[in-house]
Amino acid sequence: MRYGETGFNLEIDLTKGNIERVETDPKDTELHLGGLGTNTKILWNRVPPEIDPFAPEIPLIFSTGLLGGTPAPGANRTIITAYSPQTLLMGYSMMGGFWAPELKYAGYDKVILRGKSPSLVYIWIHNDKVEIRDASHLKGKGAVETQELIRKELNEPNAQVAAIGLAGENRVFTASIEQGRSSASRLGLGAVMGDKGVKAIAVRGTKDVNLARPAEFIELCNEVLKYIKFRNDNPVPNVMTILQGLGSPQEMLHVDEKWHTENFSWGNSRVRRKDFWNKEIEERWKSVQLNVRKRLISCYNCPMKCGAIISVPGLSTYMMKCFSKLTYTMAAFVDDLDFGFKIAQRATEYGVDGFSTPQIMAFAFELKEAGILTDADFEGCPSDNEGKFYWLLDRIVRREGIGDILADGTHWAAQKIGKGAEAFAHNNIKKHEQLPLKLGMLNPVYYLMYATGEKINITQIEGQFPQSPFATMEERQEFINDWIQVPDEKFKQIVLDWEFRGERSNPYYPTIDMSVDIVDWQEMIHYFDDALGVCAGLSSFPLKPPYHIHNYPKIISAATGIDMDEEGLKKIYRRNRSLLRAVNVRRGLRRADEVPPEDHWKKRFPELESQLLDAYYKFKGWDNEGIPTKETLQELDLGYVAEDLEQRGIIKNG
Amino acid sequence: MAKIKKKIKTIKVDLDKCNGCRACEVICSAFHANPKYSSNNPARSRIRMIRDPIRDVYVPVYAGEYTAAECMGRDKYIIDGKEYDECGFCRASCPSRDAFKEPDSGLPLKCDMCEDDPPREKPLCVEWCLNDALIYEEREEEVEEETKPEDVEIGLESMVNKYGLQKVMDTVARMSQKS
Repeated sequence: MRYGETGFNLEIDLTKGNIERVETDPKDTELHLGGLGTNTKILWNRVPPEIDPFAPEIPLIFSTGLLGGTPAPGANRTIITAYSPQTLLMGYSMMGGFWAPELKYAGYDKVILRGKSPSLVYIWIHNDKVEIRDASHLKGKGAVETQELIRKELNEPNAQVAAIGLAGENRVFTASIEQGRSSASRLGLGAVMGDKGVKAIAVRGTKDVNLARPAEFIELCNEVLKYIKFRNDNPVPNVMTILQGLGSPQEMLHVDEKWHTENFSWGNSRVRRKDFWNKEIEERWKSVQLNVRKRLISCYNCPMKCGAIISVPGLSTYMMKCFSKLTYTMAAFVDDLDFGFKIAQRATEYGVDGFSTPQIMAFAFELKEAGILTDADFEGCPSDNEGKFYWLLDRIVRREGIGDILADGTHWAAQKIGKGAEAFAHNNIKKHEQLPLKLGMLNPVYYLMYATGEKINITQIEGQFPQSPFATMEERQEFINDWIQVPDEKFKQIVLDWEFRGERSNPYYPTIDMSVDIVDWQEMIHYFDDALGVCAGLSSFPLKPPYHIHNYPKIISAATGIDMDEEGLKKIYRRNRSLLRAVNVRRGLRRADEVPPEDHWKKRFPELESQLLDAYYKFKGWDNEGIPTKETLQELDLGYVAEDLEQRGIIKNG
Repeated sequence: MAKIKKKIKTIKVDLDKCNGCRACEVICSAFHANPKYSSNNPARSRIRMIRDPIRDVYVPVYAGEYTAAECMGRDKYIIDGKEYDECGFCRASCPSRDAFKEPDSGLPLKCDMCEDDPPREKPLCVEWCLNDALIYEEREEEVEEETKPEDVEIGLESMVNKYGLQKVMDTVARMSQKS
């Protein structure tokens, strides 16, 4: 018997309409855990690198994590992978919600879609019964609406449905995959799903997930829960409200948005609106939010409440989390939050990413202002700020007129438009729009995470190391006192010594070596989470989380029966990290691509940045181009990867 | 009649506090697995979230008695403008739905307040509900001590009611002489 995982994947060939239940190799679990780890291996093994992200051979994989569906709190993430049509690199995007556990209970660890369906279909997985069903009647339906329609049609109120909206059907590069309160929205995987002709995957499962050492495992889960309760009762002092607790940013709970509205360069802007927040806005926004918010809600088996049910009078109900309430409002220069909740309703039904999409729209209006795009491109566009955004959102999602060009994101749109438009696509890393957070002084840790992160967006860069120094020694001491999560005591000393000014301050402190160490720790926990299916909000994302390097090995071991200690688990991280890097290296990723936006920090230090990158690569066992060396790969049991890279001349012999 | 004290175990459900996470289902099914905690499967849980997020319906319901036949109450209730199935609140394992039945065997499930040896302080669903939507309460109630009549007495009483005491006594006397 397999523990934690089911040991079976569902392989669906959409071209032929063939469905197979395939047993997986337990050795892969020992080497890569599951989730992102095993997805990466499948992508490496199955498709050559010289392939278009819309090629039918590309496997679009919906994966549970190794702990998904077990009683481990917050182990509910679905990890979706393919090649991103936007970055052309491996695209991985994840969602919480209820879908992955349901898939486990249906008896599968992954659903692997390949080929292309000749017509629009949806997949219905009910334990051993799996069907490809006609979805022509769902064409053009909203992503939330589709989930409801399918549940009704199947008469299965407990089925969990992941669906795309019109944006995915039209292969918009910011198309998301929506499910309940969650969405996998970054890097255009909704477009890949739409290209394969799959409108939705519905799942209902009523089987058991087994545990290897039950009593021990439950005790560890109880400890995690106890710690969550402790953290909810004891917010971290001396940091901003948004950083004090667990979970993803508590944007549905908090109504005071002074800090976010005034300190981000929203939309495509290069400047902040320093005196945006006032008494009138404060009162109006609070009343709007409390009025449309029906309930704070969670994902499967998690006590946090990061999402909300949003019901705007006159519009169909939807669910929201994170920053979508602000991204559209601020990008459109609309001062009323009511607009944010209304346009997000439409955007959620269309199924688009709430970060990139408003940024693309703001970018387009900047181009119009600059005379690079013309009135002819915007024929029929209203002149008011709200109307403009609705109009352009419709054009992008339908790929009509200028919308067809913008639907590929700011990087590709700028290439196509030319005439200096490239300068306006200023906020990208590896062709992907970034969070509009522009700061003054370069932070070496963040520099590395921005530059080198394979996920290519914000969640890769936040972690459990403080974002800035504490003002006094007492505060520092207080912070490190119960900091049980550190992999090594040396990290405490860095916090003690870190100052706002002087020798031990950014950008030269934390030092290069310290920065590399810190980044490696943050990345490591992210890679665990993404392989285990545990939410970053309880692990890699916030300060002092309940999951960490000291309890993860025990939890994994008790769940699966695999012998595991900290060293063994760290090696799996290094293996997964370097394999994912190798996938992207084979796609052409090199040092020259690892560049944060030029205006990301006001003060830049080219020499230091170069040294940071050198040190980071060296630490990982990669060469100066960011390519894993043969020795590193062999040491990580990835000899077959080294061989392939050597054959391609990417790793030079000798 | 004499009064006696009886311990009543109850779980108060505060719907407003429920975040819909289904941790109660997870831990319930794990606790009742055999061996304990060896597997989990919400379909075996003795508490179910009746959940319809878009309509903001979040109702945890505990499994109650098994009932062999469908009842007549299949009505709809409208509360605060939202429509609820009456079945949604029902604890019974019954023929009209698949809730509270073992998915393999179809056998009915019933909440036992996590009976354990040694006894637990409170049921596990309550312990795992950090949002306090499920609140365990024990209370003592004074109830009248019932003196249960014997089965024969119940039978005789109905005979007496029908035929009168004298006739029953005569009959009993005649029967005893015969044997």
